[in-house]
Amino acid sequence: MSNSSTIANGAAAEEHHAHPAYQRHHFETIEQQFDATNFAMWLFLLTEVMFFGGLFTAYLIMRNWYYPAFVEASHQLNIGWGTANTGVLILSSFTMAMGVWNAEMKRKGGLVLCLVLTFILGLCFLGIKSIEYHEKWEKHHIPGLHYSVSSFVNPASDPEVFAEYHDKPLAPDMAAKTEMYFFLYFAMTGMHALHMIIGICLLGYLIVRANAGDYTTGHVTYIENFGLYWHFVDVIWIFLFPLLYLISRY
Amino acid sequence: MSEIQAESHHEHHIVSPRVYLSILGVLFVATGLTVWMSFIDLGEWHFAPGLTIFWNPVVALAIACTKAVLVVLFFMHVKYSTKLTKLTVVAGIFVFLALMGMTLCDYFSRAWGRW
Amino acid sequence: MSTSTIVSLPDQSTARIPKMNYLTKENGLLSWLLTSDHKRIATLYLISITFFFFIGGALAGLIRLELLTPQSDLMAADTYNKVFTMHGVIMVFFFLVPSVPATLGNFFIPMMIGAKDLALPKINLLSWYLYIVAGFMAIFTMAAGGVDTGWTFTTPLSTHYLNTHVISTGLAIFVAGFSSIFTGLNFIVTIHKMRCPGMTWFRLPLFVWAHYAASILMVLGTPVLAITLVLVVLERTVHIGVFDPALGGDPLLFQHLFWFYSHPAVYIMILPGMGVISEVISTFSRKRVFGYTAVAFSSVAIAVFGFFVWAHHMFIMGISNYAALVFSLLTMLVAVPSAIKIFNWAFTLYKGSITFETPMLYAFGFMGLFTIGGMTGVFLGTTGTDIHLTETYFIVAHFHFVMVGGMLMAFLSGIHFWWPKWTGRMYPEKISQFAAVVTFIGFCFTFFPQFILGTLGMPRRYAAYPPEFQVLNVFSTAGATILGVGYLLPILYLTWSLKYGEIAGDNPWQATGLEWQTQSPPLTENFTELPIMDHEAYDYEWLENKQAKEVASVQ
Repeated sequence: MSNSSTIANGAAAEEHHAHPAYQRHHFETIEQQFDATNFAMWLFLLTEVMFFGGLFTAYLIMRNWYYPAFVEASHQLNIGWGTANTGVLILSSFTMAMGVWNAEMKRKGGLVLCLVLTFILGLCFLGIKSIEYHEKWEKHHIPGLHYSVSSFVNPASDPEVFAEYHDKPLAPDMAAKTEMYFFLYFAMTGMHALHMIIGICLLGYLIVRANAGDYTTGHVTYIENFGLYWHFVDVIWIFLFPLLYLISRY
Repeated sequence: MSEIQAESHHEHHIVSPRVYLSILGVLFVATGLTVWMSFIDLGEWHFAPGLTIFWNPVVALAIACTKAVLVVLFFMHVKYSTKLTKLTVVAGIFVFLALMGMTLCDYFSRAWGRW
Repeated sequence: MSTSTIVSLPDQSTARIPKMNYLTKENGLLSWLLTSDHKRIATLYLISITFFFFIGGALAGLIRLELLTPQSDLMAADTYNKVFTMHGVIMVFFFLVPSVPATLGNFFIPMMIGAKDLALPKINLLSWYLYIVAGFMAIFTMAAGGVDTGWTFTTPLSTHYLNTHVISTGLAIFVAGFSSIFTGLNFIVTIHKMRCPGMTWFRLPLFVWAHYAASILMVLGTPVLAITLVLVVLERTVHIGVFDPALGGDPLLFQHLFWFYSHPAVYIMILPGMGVISEVISTFSRKRVFGYTAVAFSSVAIAVFGFFVWAHHMFIMGISNYAALVFSLLTMLVAVPSAIKIFNWAFTLYKGSITFETPMLYAFGFMGLFTIGGMTGVFLGTTGTDIHLTETYFIVAHFHFVMVGGMLMAFLSGIHFWWPKWTGRMYPEKISQFAAVVTFIGFCFTFFPQFILGTLGMPRRYAAYPPEFQVLNVFSTAGATILGVGYLLPILYLTWSLKYGEIAGDNPWQATGLEWQTQSPPLTENFTELPIMDHEAYDYEWLENKQAKEVASVQ
């Protein structure tokens, strides 16, 4: 009982002191604000996990049912680009984490540099993705848009991939299932890319504000919480990469 | 007792760039490893009639999980976070696994035939 | 002193609504549309969901009118399909899911925990705007010709065989889903981080526990619905085949993903109502809730178990026997926590000082009707009987008993209970008790015959039925008319009470919650100083002590 009254007195005393300008009025202390917004961001990330969860479930079922089609279709993805993209995203996670560190250390120059690097790496990722998507368009591997199974029914007709993997020709019905693989490929990487685009736009806004010094006053919430979002998008890719690109390359 | 005395050890623990750099290194190595292993046939294990485990996807997912755990613990600061944050992460993973696991239960057991 | 009512109002000749309150703080349309005050947002929600309730109710009226005769004579079968689909979509997503959380939850959770507002007030306003946008999309869909898949959008009907507005309805529900997610997210953060000093978890009102459990379901379940709707839209536009057997997909995959949300959704709908009932039963029997810990944990248990039972909606759809076995077993388990609550409320009533004001009448209605609805759920969870009862009127009766006899009654109970705090005025007691009884009678006449119809074999979602079912259908429609009157009356007298109702004062029910210790209507910042919680929940002795020390009049 006496605990609560001492705490109450403490809290009452605190609120008469000047609180930081960025503390919202429904919070009693700045720690409460930081904790609450951080927790809220984690809960939002949970919703994103469940959102992607439906796609992962669909993928696992279809891969199980149509494994040969998935293997051969995955050979159509360029492992060089995929690995490069994975590296780019991991590096951008690192630069983002460094950005948070710079904000915590109140180093404006460092923060802006890290955010800009993250921004550039994000654009790099999207650039490589669009190269890959373009490749798919060229080869008629986009489901619903003049999709062609000729690379799977007759793998020899696709010399680059055939030289690497020597795939066996697929029966027509199994070859048709490669379209399912590509649908899931575009749905999952597309949803991921959409989240990257949103992240990059937000990052642009944060760079402007960081440059104005808004995040090096001790108010690291926005940078920290955006960092969580960015790392989450990286984690999704960490799972997409082996599931889509590394099904079986032997 | 009061929740307004928030657990503030979060923002007081600042993770050093050295930690970030080492995690970055491990992540790059793990990526290289998983790509390399996808070119090698790791074989299978027939642990029951009709039930086989293929090692390649298992290894690939294990490496992916390790990478994800490192990002979550260190880049996302969960290692230095409150119990609530850790519980939240676990809860999310748990429900995600429930969705996938129990849906797959249906699909895997469809071929088991009649009682 | 009369013991037939616990109402204690201030002297009406001198009482006034406090000049400074959340309604008078600012004026003008923008002060409402751009507000971050949780109480104003709750009021906006109350008006919006009432609007959608009446649209959904009108559609229900059309259904019952059609079913007066065995032939499909009032409307074509396709039109009938559209009517029951929109009835379901609007009632589930635009009324039941947000009903108690977005109105009573938004208004009272911060007050109950001693906070000034929710943790994220602007996100709260965003929730309401998302709801309104979704509502417009749904109304547009209805005006443009509607959708006839049933609210469950079962594939491949919805993806391959129909030309109606599946996409716009799907997108409307997608947006409404995010409204729900943000509300739940806000509640979880608020309950964890904004409790006042002394407000430990086990001193929280059970209303708060119930909303916490429902919020977990909202946050973790709704995103799966979102991705499912995205997949349906993609299937219809791009024909990718994930639900199309001809292209290698599985229609059942849709159902797994859909029901993964929609089963927890029914708990999202009922848990907040159960929270209301805990508060009302305690207040009107002047007793603490029996087994507080059991009731609190049972809310969380319902939330956790609720995630593992979804395939009981799919027993006849083609899932494997083994999966059906597992899900049936888990369904039996999920019934237990709900039953625990009913027992605990009954034990709360035992040896309590019970009075029968309107909120208590609705609460009694809830206990009886929810029990019946819940027990019939067990028949449906048993695969052997489910094969015969599923897709019949038995299911329709089951879910209307729990949702209308249960949830809607709890909602009305809560609205009446907190009306004095919300508006500063009492509703007229006699007519509201009359309306509660009318609603109960109307409900029983409407939905009890449907259990019988279901066991006799009348299928659901049919505009035409064999003539031998007509008598029971006529009973049901007659009941629906009475029910309609029962729901119309509150709109009328509650609106009337805004101007002419008696001044309520701070605590007309002499209830123990923190929200009852401040003025009615409350100040924008809820409390003039940070409350300290130094007693257990439902501590009527503490209240007596406090009231003994208060100066009630100057004499």
